[in-house]
Amino acid sequence: MILFQWVPLAGNVIAFQEYRPYLPLTGQTWVGFENFAFIVDPTFLNALENTLVLTLIQSVLVFPIPLALALVLNSLAGEQLKRLLQSIFYLPHFLSWVIVVALFQQMLGNAGILNTFLLQNDLGAVQIVGEPDLFRVLLTSQVIWKSAGWGTIIFLAAISRIDQEQYEAAAVDGAGSWRRMWHITLPSLKGLFILLFILQLGESLTVGFEQIILQQGAVGREASEVIDTWVYNNGVIDQNWGLAAAAGLFKSVIGVCLVIGANKLAHVFGERGVYER
Amino acid sequence: MTSMPTTRGSSPRRNPAGRSSRPVWMESPSRFVQVVKFVALAVCVVLVLLPFWAVIATSLADQATINASGGGMVLWPDGFSFAAYSAVLSGGVVTRALTISILITMVGTSLSLAASAGLAYWLSRPGAFAARPVLLLLLGAILFSPGIIPNYLVVKELGLLDSYWSLILPVMINAFNVIVMRAFFQELPRELFESAEIDGANAVTVLVRIVLPLSKAVLAVIGLFYAVAYWNAFFNALLYITSNDKWPMSLVLRTYVVNQSAISTEQLNAEAVPPQLPLQMATLVMAIVPILIVYPFIQRHFAKGVLIGAVKG
Repeated sequence: MILFQWVPLAGNVIAFQEYRPYLPLTGQTWVGFENFAFIVDPTFLNALENTLVLTLIQSVLVFPIPLALALVLNSLAGEQLKRLLQSIFYLPHFLSWVIVVALFQQMLGNAGILNTFLLQNDLGAVQIVGEPDLFRVLLTSQVIWKSAGWGTIIFLAAISRIDQEQYEAAAVDGAGSWRRMWHITLPSLKGLFILLFILQLGESLTVGFEQIILQQGAVGREASEVIDTWVYNNGVIDQNWGLAAAAGLFKSVIGVCLVIGANKLAHVFGERGVYER
Repeated sequence: MTSMPTTRGSSPRRNPAGRSSRPVWMESPSRFVQVVKFVALAVCVVLVLLPFWAVIATSLADQATINASGGGMVLWPDGFSFAAYSAVLSGGVVTRALTISILITMVGTSLSLAASAGLAYWLSRPGAFAARPVLLLLLGAILFSPGIIPNYLVVKELGLLDSYWSLILPVMINAFNVIVMRAFFQELPRELFESAEIDGANAVTVLVRIVLPLSKAVLAVIGLFYAVAYWNAFFNALLYITSNDKWPMSLVLRTYVVNQSAISTEQLNAEAVPPQLPLQMATLVMAIVPILIVYPFIQRHFAKGVLIGAVKG
């Protein structure tokens, strides 16, 4: 554990070296911040832009869907039906990205269900998979398909902890179900929202490496490159170790800063955040 | 709003005994809201399940059915054929990958569980040696990720490139799982350990004889989380496994299903190669089936497992 987590962390020193694999770590030449020149590299800036846009789309769209699903599930009266639906919705979470990407290809790809259906009805095929302009939409729908159901777990648990007497009192006072949701359920979940948001921020520069690398060939780098795939393509594929490590380090440091900053902000607003101070 | 008696009488969600789980003060939802909810949930269920159905149906379809659909996916195989499965399982590239993935998952999960349980037990004992610094190291591991390149170089320096161990050792201990287990162990009654220790049992005996038998539920959840992670591992395999004959299922899937490379006769060990599409789909099904098998077992426990961590972590 220490070997594979903390030794690599120390290994980040190669970000400041001109790394040559055949020399021992102590025999490398120090180059200071030379490797960080990638910051002005247009391919890196493109990757950064893609990363940020995807993060933005995913946090805006992916957040409310599990919540909506959880609210609907919670409002169902039948326990057995609820449990059955939950098991169906959680299932995709356990599939790997390879499987999810393959399933999406078979559904939306050129020979997939959708196009077979369209062709059989003389409607003309649509190209969704492998279309650079639609790549972000495709990625986002894959994320929703895979993780929206799983995301409801935490919301359902939080909803079930809300004191039922509050609802009863509100109902007696004449609040309808929408008003009860708006004034009791959602405010009770505020702390959880902030917690999830902070955690999400820490991940904000990490958008689906596996998901994207699997589909990069079909749409090209311009549309699909994100920071992680840039690091992989430059480091492992092109053997620019120092450069790629510098970019990876840049990403980790920004991620940690975002988490700490957001947590500070949460404390300022009187919320607990991830850790207390 | 429809009148209450009608809604109640026709509601499909009443249980057979006629008792409602709805409290007295809660009004029955209007017919309109019910219909909207029902349609929305039905659409979601279809969206989740349709891909599985289509893949299974296509994997079982024979050549004539595939041709009839214009070479694409089928939703209802008119002609059944198990040719794709027998070809995929008759030895060759997919069978080998399945064996490799199953072995890695079994060995990896056992090692992970043993190491995590040991570590979690050590950290859960009050006043254990160096427990606090180790706990901080674990929490730090959740917060900071070292990055792809340093990880790769460490595996390379250790000479693990292209070895199956590169798929197990770097991910053997998941800090989050250890913290969940530690939280569970801390809930166990102290008196049990103390009385055992008075009777002369050492820490290892207490762990094996008392703690583990009491923790079967959490061990099952964490074990299955580890197993699913090993089975699904793609990134590490992509990074570290370089020779084709050591590919686990995930890499085979990428090559033959996602990238649509043709599976040829010599890769299959079969005399007649069935059409490509059912072959690909059968491979895909073989990767999904193990998860579907363990799923009912995890499903009962996992919400609990996830939430212990969320509450106590």
